[in-house]
Amino acid sequence: MSDTAEAATASDEVHCTSLHPDEVRSDFPALSRIIGGRPLAYLDNTAATLKPRQVIDALSRFYAERSANVHRGMHTLSEEATDAYEHARQVVAEFVNAAQPAELVFTRNTTESINLVAYSWAREQLKPGDQILITEMEHHANLIPWQIIAEQTGAELRFARILPTGQLDLEDWHAKLTDRTALMGVAHVSNVLGVINPVRELTKAAKNVGATVLIDAAQSVPHMPVDVQDIGCDFLTFSGYKLLGPFGIGALWGRYDLLESMPPYQTGGSMIHTVTLEKTTFADPPQRFEAGTPSIGDAVGFAAAIEYLTAIGMDRIEAREQELSKYLHQRLAEVPGLRVLGDYFPGKPGIASFDLEYAHAHDVAQFLAEEAVAVRAGHHCAEPLHHIMKSESTSRASLYLYNTEAEVDQLIEALGTVQELFG
Amino acid sequence: MDLKTLYREVIIDHYKKPRNSRPLQEPSHEARCKNPSCGDRITLQLEVVDGTIVDVAMLGTGCAISQASASMMTQAIKGRTLAEADAVLAAFRGMIVDGDEDLDSEILGDLVSMQGVSKLHARVKCAMCGWSALEAALAEEETEVDLDQDTSMPAAKRGGGY
Repeated sequence: MSDTAEAATASDEVHCTSLHPDEVRSDFPALSRIIGGRPLAYLDNTAATLKPRQVIDALSRFYAERSANVHRGMHTLSEEATDAYEHARQVVAEFVNAAQPAELVFTRNTTESINLVAYSWAREQLKPGDQILITEMEHHANLIPWQIIAEQTGAELRFARILPTGQLDLEDWHAKLTDRTALMGVAHVSNVLGVINPVRELTKAAKNVGATVLIDAAQSVPHMPVDVQDIGCDFLTFSGYKLLGPFGIGALWGRYDLLESMPPYQTGGSMIHTVTLEKTTFADPPQRFEAGTPSIGDAVGFAAAIEYLTAIGMDRIEAREQELSKYLHQRLAEVPGLRVLGDYFPGKPGIASFDLEYAHAHDVAQFLAEEAVAVRAGHHCAEPLHHIMKSESTSRASLYLYNTEAEVDQLIEALGTVQELFG
Repeated sequence: MDLKTLYREVIIDHYKKPRNSRPLQEPSHEARCKNPSCGDRITLQLEVVDGTIVDVAMLGTGCAISQASASMMTQAIKGRTLAEADAVLAAFRGMIVDGDEDLDSEILGDLVSMQGVSKLHARVKCAMCGWSALEAALAEEETEVDLDQDTSMPAAKRGGGY
């Protein structure tokens, strides 16, 4: 009797510390959508996440009560908007453990953050003979800007290989890192393979040869604790809409001294110190990089999303996703003729890109949509990676804190229909 | 026809057993079409004698909608005059790309079953791949069409770019 009571207490404690999706699901209005008579199974979180009521309310409250411009009005609404915007900066900066809020530049998204570094830092700094080292698994956002910068500066763009397991080939990476490497860019988590790159180790090695380091953290910041000071990098980029926030807002974190050394990315209002008809001096970071009226409401929503995640706890979110990811990969392994790109490993984030021997990814995604299962199909902005993994295109199921085992089952059941028809 | 029925009754059959899928010995017309963002590719060959399509072949790879649509197209134009083939092409384009509701079932025949694809914006270019090759072959101008770059398609249905 007392044994049972103790066991019950212990299991209650486990329940308290581990995240159960029921704790959060009712916060997400879109999760109550019924599509074709079936409940929505939203498994497209790598592309964009759903928004909780708390974020929608924060946006709506901002527009209802303030809705004024920042940094210039003397009136109450403008002062409140400025406070809200700068508070948002502080929240987002603290989320990645920035040394100070001024290191956090608001952008539209990760793509714009990387382009800002490419055009303001790399285009100024790189010269012929320099090297840019990235990897074969990068999202187009961390590839194409470097192709252009290499062409414009005469620097050489190099790619570290990936192994058939999907993991970065560290031996090849180290061999391609030289004392001429001026910039090292890498995804923290691959948006296709779900691989976690050892960014701390890579950063340390790159800093040892004098390279500047950019981490594309679009797929890590939403799903695990990320600490820029612990990684030791120079730039880190992420997006709001991939972590329950609004579209149209993202962030560039940069070491302050580096940001201070950089010329503006865009010019105009809000980013100036003094202006004469002939000449302008620019404001200090982060304002120097935020030309024009910013997306104030979206910044407020971004911060609301981060406050929501922080209240739950990033450790709990990460642990829950790993648990469901394991279940997802186990169930996918049961489907005949299905191959997941990259090997499963314990602790793998909830990203599974797969192809089927007998059906094209677009037909698969179309069928899953009929069964109210939302996945993405194509090459997920990583076309070279698909060629390397010998896949034309894949369907990708990706998880977040609100997903359930039942939704994974709905996916597997729908894949059964695909097999029945095409197999 | 709902999507599942469309796949079950029409598309899968043509996808698994594409009709007229062998190279012609001496084609008089040939053109290709591709959707690079999807990976669909179709090569179309015609043998035209005295203004009539006496034989046709489609060879391709890609999704079921692209391959089935091209396969059905070969059946629809074989034995037709060039003017008749043009009319089928125009009617099919109207149904799939422009979303025409008022369909000429005499011209379209079995192709009417593909109407549901017009609602699937991302798949319109899949359904049009073989037909764009036909258009190019008949025009004898272009030999390779890239539907991702085809500005005559509405932007939302063109795809590419991601």
